[in-house]
Amino acid sequence: MSYIPHTDAERQQMLAAIGVPTIEDLFDAVPSAYRFPSLSLPEPVGELEVMAELQALAEANDHAGDFALFRGAGAYHHFIPSAVNHILLRGEFYTAYTPYQPEMSQGTLQAIFEFQSMIGALTGMEAANASHYDGATSLAEAVTVALDVGRRKRKKIILSPGIHPDYRAVARTYHQGQGIQFVGDQSPASVDDLAALLDEDTAMLAVAYPNFFGQIERFAGLAEKVHQVGALLVFVANPLALALFKSPGELGADIVVGEGQPLGIPLSFGGPYLGYFACREQYVRRIAGRIVGETVDQDGKRAYVMTLRPREQDIKRDKASSNICTNQGLMALAATVYLALMGKHGLRKAAELCYHKAHYAADQIYLLRGFSVDRSKPFFNEFVVRCPRPVAEINALLLERGIIGGYDLGKDYPHLSNHMLLCVTEMNTRYEIDSLVECLRDVK
Amino acid sequence: MTEPVIYQLGSPGREGVRLPKPDVPITPLPDELLRGELDLPEVSELQAVRHFVNLSQMNHAIDKGFYPLGSCTMKYNPKVNEDAARLPGFAHLHPLTDEDGVQGALALMYQLQEWLAEIAGFAASTLVPAAGAQGELSGILMIRAYHLSKGDTKRTKILVPNSAHGTNPATCTMAGYQVVELPSDANGNVDLAALRAACGDDVAGMMITVPSTLGLFDSQIIEIIHAVHACGGLMYMDGANMNSLLGIVKPGQLGFDVMHYNLHKTFSTPHGGGGPGCGAVACTQTLKPFLPGPIVEIVEEAPSVSANGAGAVNPLNDAPLYGLRMPPQSIGRLKAFWGNFGMHVRAYAYIRAYGTSLREVSRHAVLNANYVRVKLRDQYRLPYDRICAHEFVLEGRFEGVEGVHALDISKRLMDYGMHPPTNYFPLIVREALLIEPTETEDKATLDAFIEAMRKIADEARSDPALLRDAPHTMPIKRVDEVRAAKQLILCCRPVPDWAHQAAGD
Repeated sequence: MSYIPHTDAERQQMLAAIGVPTIEDLFDAVPSAYRFPSLSLPEPVGELEVMAELQALAEANDHAGDFALFRGAGAYHHFIPSAVNHILLRGEFYTAYTPYQPEMSQGTLQAIFEFQSMIGALTGMEAANASHYDGATSLAEAVTVALDVGRRKRKKIILSPGIHPDYRAVARTYHQGQGIQFVGDQSPASVDDLAALLDEDTAMLAVAYPNFFGQIERFAGLAEKVHQVGALLVFVANPLALALFKSPGELGADIVVGEGQPLGIPLSFGGPYLGYFACREQYVRRIAGRIVGETVDQDGKRAYVMTLRPREQDIKRDKASSNICTNQGLMALAATVYLALMGKHGLRKAAELCYHKAHYAADQIYLLRGFSVDRSKPFFNEFVVRCPRPVAEINALLLERGIIGGYDLGKDYPHLSNHMLLCVTEMNTRYEIDSLVECLRDVK
Repeated sequence: MTEPVIYQLGSPGREGVRLPKPDVPITPLPDELLRGELDLPEVSELQAVRHFVNLSQMNHAIDKGFYPLGSCTMKYNPKVNEDAARLPGFAHLHPLTDEDGVQGALALMYQLQEWLAEIAGFAASTLVPAAGAQGELSGILMIRAYHLSKGDTKRTKILVPNSAHGTNPATCTMAGYQVVELPSDANGNVDLAALRAACGDDVAGMMITVPSTLGLFDSQIIEIIHAVHACGGLMYMDGANMNSLLGIVKPGQLGFDVMHYNLHKTFSTPHGGGGPGCGAVACTQTLKPFLPGPIVEIVEEAPSVSANGAGAVNPLNDAPLYGLRMPPQSIGRLKAFWGNFGMHVRAYAYIRAYGTSLREVSRHAVLNANYVRVKLRDQYRLPYDRICAHEFVLEGRFEGVEGVHALDISKRLMDYGMHPPTNYFPLIVREALLIEPTETEDKATLDAFIEAMRKIADEARSDPALLRDAPHTMPIKRVDEVRAAKQLILCCRPVPDWAHQAAGD
């Protein structure tokens, strides 16, 4: 086997040193009736055949390299500078483990510290951790913090229906069996409707920014209302939108979570992505996940180390608030390199391109007979279109012309059947947008 | 050697990328909603590349040297698997593409589900969990859902041996269970008498690592499983140590009900400096309806007659139609979308390459561990001196040498260009050093490690300060962890005091 380097001679030398005649003798402790079962697997093959097979599987998919993609709904096709992937492929980064030994992992540790700094800057928060699995689990972990801040006496979690449906589902999965009440998201609700649910039993209220429909809702006065009852205000934010719009910190958020995938991470059929988690400093000792802090070494030289470790499962065991141990280290690195390259000016420009192209598309579709565009609220790079026919039928027509159309909102929101969520990014050219509009014009 | 923070490298106005000018009319931005300045770096592409390359060189990694980190399975990560995950048809595939357009991806996931079930002797598996810890949470929530589905609400406890990974008890607490910790006996096995005493109708199940975190096969595993099943509990296997079980024994055949894999350990998807991973879960037919989802299922069988000639390498020829479905009594979603697909691709490539020879992985992982063990036993104390699985634990202390600890040995090992073993775990061994060489290391590398460890044992006696002050050759010396926790510097950028600002309004 190419990945197992042993020669026959070496095997014999090693077995002799151990003092057993065969490798099989090393497994005597395994009950003999169950030892060495047959494995129904294919015959071994080499790199050449593996790659040929995977290429065939990959090419069987309708991907954004071959199609004009207008679908978002939580996963976005954005420009990624080449340098990001080249850095990710540094073996020193991707074949390292969690930086438990700081002297041997300053590279990973400093990169995470820079990630935390950039996430803090984007969200307007004082602290951030090294990441969670994805945006959905970040929200679930925010619930844990809010319950903890509410001393486990407050049992009510208010979720906006504008939060990604999967995220709300994951928060419920994580907190099943704990007597927690999730409210607010079972039917359409405005920010005021959500605020009306606040009471002394509320641990947190979470809103999306922009919401699942791409809209920027108005949050004036919300933070005061939430804080008045002693609850936490949580924002689920698209980090690319934060290059353009006011930071959640400025809007009074206590915790900001979200999906970091728009920051230099490919679509990859839904993962691996990057859950970011930022908060006000007063809550940092209650949050889960790895955190890197700056300190000095014995010679007084600046150094980084995983800190506040006593919160974590390997030390606190059954008293830990979460069982998380790995973060999404390499994805956090991708976002860090991406944000460094895009920088202060590039990120804003990318966000503006998304905004302008989405609004151009929306303006064109607005003019089409049979379609209407929801322009009741400002939006970023996604918008809702009411269609004259079921979304699946329209998408089938678009696909024939090389276009992957919008997301069918009727799947998650029964009152929005025949409504399509269209996404436009800097990757969509005017030609693609015009083609989309032309195709929709042909829908009868 | 220190590298400036990226923010220190920039100059106002510098840009690292050039984006296209808008090719559509400009829409006025809504001024009242816009933020002020964005506090991000302003560096050139070269500055960024050099910065991150410089940082990378301050890391140790498998590609650079030996990494015998116990319980983490730091084996070689084949390069082709990285290329595979980056194929455009995978990398640029939107997760919400219509099912007809993702049959290649679903075929891959379905096959991987089948292989993972087969390797562990189970009926089904899910690829959704993002990490081992999420796999554990899945399994324990499935056990909970199973009992509740039978109207059994009296089970409030999960049994966990005291040698367990910290995630095990933390998982039980997350799932709303009370943890009952079981002692280990003198051989490092679960204390069977204590287990039997703890079993009752309030026990929902037991979590156990096989082989144990001490790197030992528990020869009483069948008795343990029987005892828990007899009281109505279910058995969860922490599969962190599957690298010693491939083709050696199938947990499902032993009687386990549910387990998780760590694809980033056993099946070589890279650790990435701490993720992303995949904690796929496999289970019995009885528990299948409770799996977290969606999972890939066949929604339409393949046409029975082959329409195609032989020879083509296309797994989609005569393939059925696959779909993503929620199991009927699923514990729910654990993640947005379908799991860490990029990890599924890599694990598929790895299992496909090994195929029926997967057993060689475990055979050689166990051979390597035992070889290192016997070569160190005269210099280090082995608390359990018997044939081990893929890893073993020794004590990092020496008779008659005061003030030298496992940590000092670990730090000194860095000066020999090797990553330290896992230290201070398992907790039940004093000054534990948990050593896992993995099967991809050759004898010469193992001999170099053995030589380094023996030298360090000599140094501990002749010049203990050499160990206590180690490492001497790394970019930094030992760090002040107390200061890090007390002074808490987590970001290098000032953040406006919103709270104060709001109060001042």
